[in-house]
Amino acid sequence: MNLQVDLNREDSVQHFKVIGEIDAFTAPALREKLAEHPVEKGMKAEIDLSDVEYMDSTGLGVFVGYFKQVKETGGQVKITGLSPRLKRLFDITGLNEVMDIEEHKDDKGGLNDATV
Amino acid sequence: MPQQTETEYKEILRQYLENQSEQNLYMGEAFSRKLIEKDISPEEVISIHKSALKDVLPGLPSKVWHSFDFLIEMMIRYGLALKEHQSLVKRQEEMQLEMEVASKVQETLLKTKIPVVEGMDLGYVTVPSRTMSGDYIYFVGNDMDEAGVAVADVMGKGIPAALCMSMVKFGMDSVQHSSEGPSGVLSVINRIVEKSVNDSMFVTMMYGRYDAKSSTFSYASAGHEPALHYVASENRFVELDAKGLLLGVSPDARYEEGSVALERGDFIAIMTDGVTEARTPEGFVEKDTILEIISSVKDRPAQEMAEHVFAELDRMQGFRLQDDFSLVILKKE
Repeated sequence: MNLQVDLNREDSVQHFKVIGEIDAFTAPALREKLAEHPVEKGMKAEIDLSDVEYMDSTGLGVFVGYFKQVKETGGQVKITGLSPRLKRLFDITGLNEVMDIEEHKDDKGGLNDATV
Repeated sequence: MPQQTETEYKEILRQYLENQSEQNLYMGEAFSRKLIEKDISPEEVISIHKSALKDVLPGLPSKVWHSFDFLIEMMIRYGLALKEHQSLVKRQEEMQLEMEVASKVQETLLKTKIPVVEGMDLGYVTVPSRTMSGDYIYFVGNDMDEAGVAVADVMGKGIPAALCMSMVKFGMDSVQHSSEGPSGVLSVINRIVEKSVNDSMFVTMMYGRYDAKSSTFSYASAGHEPALHYVASENRFVELDAKGLLLGVSPDARYEEGSVALERGDFIAIMTDGVTEARTPEGFVEKDTILEIISSVKDRPAQEMAEHVFAELDRMQGFRLQDDFSLVILKKE
């Protein structure tokens, strides 16, 4: 199982684009990739998951850990491109209340958009 | 090198060079097994071969003998790699043994007793996908008119998950006799877990309490898969949503509390994601399929229901659980 993470920086926002499945096997690689860019004071990180079809709780753990680190320095984490399945995961876990969550562009904008 | 080994090898080699039969090859193979048992390294085998050949085929050019010395040098690394492998296997066996002991400890730690409450039928199944489980089911109750049930799923599996789970257990024990409602219970456990886990660890948990006097089920959830309420009079399932953040993420997380009245034939199903995220080679098991399976046994006792759902989903996944599986059924008689 492969996982690819592309990094690029734009107007002081650190972008991560994740491609592949995030599970117990690929999660360590994702954690390392995120750690490659040191967490700075007040940093803004945006993680694009539009090409992630599957993520299990280990994957979620990586984002929880990253979120805690960034929050500690007064920064923000935004997660974008969530498929309905992943969106549900962030909703159920209550992470949608503490992180900035954005659904996949195609699913966005409906009246039933539950993003708070 | 025992003289006898050399003599035996020489004999087998001589026979093979003369006949080159299957039988001789077979003898060689059997002999190599003996060499492994005696812990003889690859370079020693070549050395045995060389000295046997000196007797069997004397008079070979000196360069051939030198080539054997060269080959012996070449094989030394292989010998070391083999040694390393053997010590790894030994260590693995030791760890396996420790895992089994740990799993026994966990079993004792997680022992729980189904409370007996008038008019309520409780059943559950919890099956780990590996030696140690990351799922946790715990019942509390006064064996009269109240029963509490906690279903938790610790992220990850194995020993780290088991250690984290023991915190949840002690948290539960500490609130067992308090008057805290589901939301209060989760807040207490959240503070315990948050203080003690590393950054990327978390626990999802659902805590529900059934009160026989009013036939109500009150519940709160910390990022857990919503429980299902089967409403018998309408023959449909309602998801019991209750907002609440995962345990261990933020010390001041708040947990919404909900409550439903149960009628005769109603039941509550609380599960972990090993149930809802079951994967077959064709993809995820659809939620509707899971509901159908539960529905098909809705008239049976709670324990049978839980066992049936497990058996069906286990079969659909080819009897290879991907994740720990836990399901609790709480049924109003």
